[in-house]
Amino acid sequence: MSEHAEHSAEHAEHPGYGTFIKIWLILVVLTGCLVGVSHLGQTAAVWGLLTLTPLKAGLVFYYFMHLKYEGPLFKVVVLVTLGTLLIFFALLFSDVAFR
Amino acid sequence: MSTHASTAQPSYLVDTGARKGLMAWLTTTDHKRIGLLYLYSMITFFFVGVGIGFVMRLVQLTTFQKLISAQTYNALFTVHGVIMIFLFVVPGLPAIFGNFFLPILIGAKDVSFPRLNLASWYFFVAGAILAVLSLFTGGGAPDTGWTFYAPFSLKTGTNVSLAVFAAFVLGFSSMLTGINFITTIHRLRAPGMKWFRMPLMCWALYSTAWIQLLATPIVAITLVLVILERFFGIGIFDPSKGGDPLLYQHLFWIYSHPAVYIMILPAMGAISEILPTFAKRPIFGYKAIAFSSMSIAAVGSLVWAHHMFTSGMSATANMVFSLLTMIVAVPSAIKVFNWVSTLYKGSIDFQPPLLFTLTFIFLFCIGGLTGVMQGALALNVHIHDTYFIVGHFHYVMFGGTGMALFAALLYWFPKMWGKMYSKKAIYASWFPMFIGFNMLYFGMMILGMMGMPRRYYVHLPQFHTMHVVATVGSWLLILGLVMFFGTLLYAIFKGEKAEDNPWGGVTLEWTIPSPPPLENFEEIPTITHGPYHFEQQEAK
Repeated sequence: MSEHAEHSAEHAEHPGYGTFIKIWLILVVLTGCLVGVSHLGQTAAVWGLLTLTPLKAGLVFYYFMHLKYEGPLFKVVVLVTLGTLLIFFALLFSDVAFR
Repeated sequence: MSTHASTAQPSYLVDTGARKGLMAWLTTTDHKRIGLLYLYSMITFFFVGVGIGFVMRLVQLTTFQKLISAQTYNALFTVHGVIMIFLFVVPGLPAIFGNFFLPILIGAKDVSFPRLNLASWYFFVAGAILAVLSLFTGGGAPDTGWTFYAPFSLKTGTNVSLAVFAAFVLGFSSMLTGINFITTIHRLRAPGMKWFRMPLMCWALYSTAWIQLLATPIVAITLVLVILERFFGIGIFDPSKGGDPLLYQHLFWIYSHPAVYIMILPAMGAISEILPTFAKRPIFGYKAIAFSSMSIAAVGSLVWAHHMFTSGMSATANMVFSLLTMIVAVPSAIKVFNWVSTLYKGSIDFQPPLLFTLTFIFLFCIGGLTGVMQGALALNVHIHDTYFIVGHFHYVMFGGTGMALFAALLYWFPKMWGKMYSKKAIYASWFPMFIGFNMLYFGMMILGMMGMPRRYYVHLPQFHTMHVVATVGSWLLILGLVMFFGTLLYAIFKGEKAEDNPWGGVTLEWTIPSPPPLENFEEIPTITHGPYHFEQQEAK
């Protein structure tokens, strides 16, 4: 496949405005949930942040930053980076959580 | 593998563009010239660092009467660390030999992003100038030690902000070089140069580049937080504002421990290139060495808190990081076993690069094993922040990376400049260097075991004898260094012309003329076998 054809095929897969608006609405709802959860106490707020925020970031990565339409190499690189970050967090918690 | 010993292209040392002389060098995008720009700048900083170390040793010649004030001493050990680590050892082998040889070793004409490569050097120079400026401006030279630990770094009136900003700028140089090397290795390998046909130096540079790319941003952001804390009091690390000084240590070492591997991995790569050439046989355990580079990069990124065993961290974290530290010794040991096995039953041709390679293995083993000792919690508590740590660190960084850099310089010198140095003079420089090195740094380890704390301006009388031994050792070491670099400098200008392949090497750099032509290869070679294929040479 020529470079031009590859490029066109890639563009053909890109979502329309409808998808972007849907994702945006989901992000707004999740933000509302986060605000709501923050009123239920500190523990709920922390768990809300730890779960809903990565979900929101994932949606932004996947749709707005076009990760969904990239090849497997890019997806693996992003996963390795996020995995590294998670391992760093886990090791930091081995200190902070047991002090 | 096709060879291209004759070429119509001029040497990279000849100015062929519109600009001539210094301007041609300052605007070059040729990877080989950029490698030399790094080399010249780094050796300059190295000797500044050596000079500061010399003065610090002189200070310890007496117990109480001192040449300089305590505040100046604090500034000297800080600046010695900043210069040696950020301006010499971290960029060290990747910036010099990575730039010069990576494209040649994989059969490419240049790196993927030549202009970005030059920009990296300018970031390096800008960072270096800022670091030097920090000594003479503001509240005077920083006095925190090269680690800039909070909360002292937030409170001191010395010029920490500028020094920290200098390290931030230097980080950009490191990251951009990392991006360049990863892309180059992925995209510019010659036809037939499969992953497991790459010379091991390329594997080492590849592992290093990933660490540079993933770990450097963490310290960059941390250093920006220190500046924000100093100027705006944002309270991230300052306990009086609810901050956590241990968080600073975590963030600092998340980068700075992997940085030790940024320093040592390319050195190990160079050693893996030198040994097969002088043993005249393929490296023992190619894949084991390649994978051990990657696993050192991976596991080495998870051991940072072994620098913090006495900081007040939780007991659980202490145990976790102690275990991980023990694990990272395994891939390092794999390399050492493979190097020694490569020599076993080899047809050894004893030349100066091999002498420095063997010196590296010996000194690195002492540095590595004393590192494993410190991974043990019970012992670490006793020797933490003593001269033992200083001695150990210098065995790894100077005995390891430094000696490997010297070995690599001796190995590739004829290729880089097309000249040969006096081997006798190099052998002569080795003796004072080796004896002085061990007197200085083994002396420091003994002092540490005796209880001498690091970074102290004065010492008690019971430590005096060993301090004198270490100081005399420093004189011998400096004598050896001056002889070594004097010999090489003389050879650049007056040395005899070197052959294209004086050592009988079989990797791609030895198939092209010395010094290499502008675009390395007349035509891009096609690779048909692994990198250490001595059978072909034996057949000849």
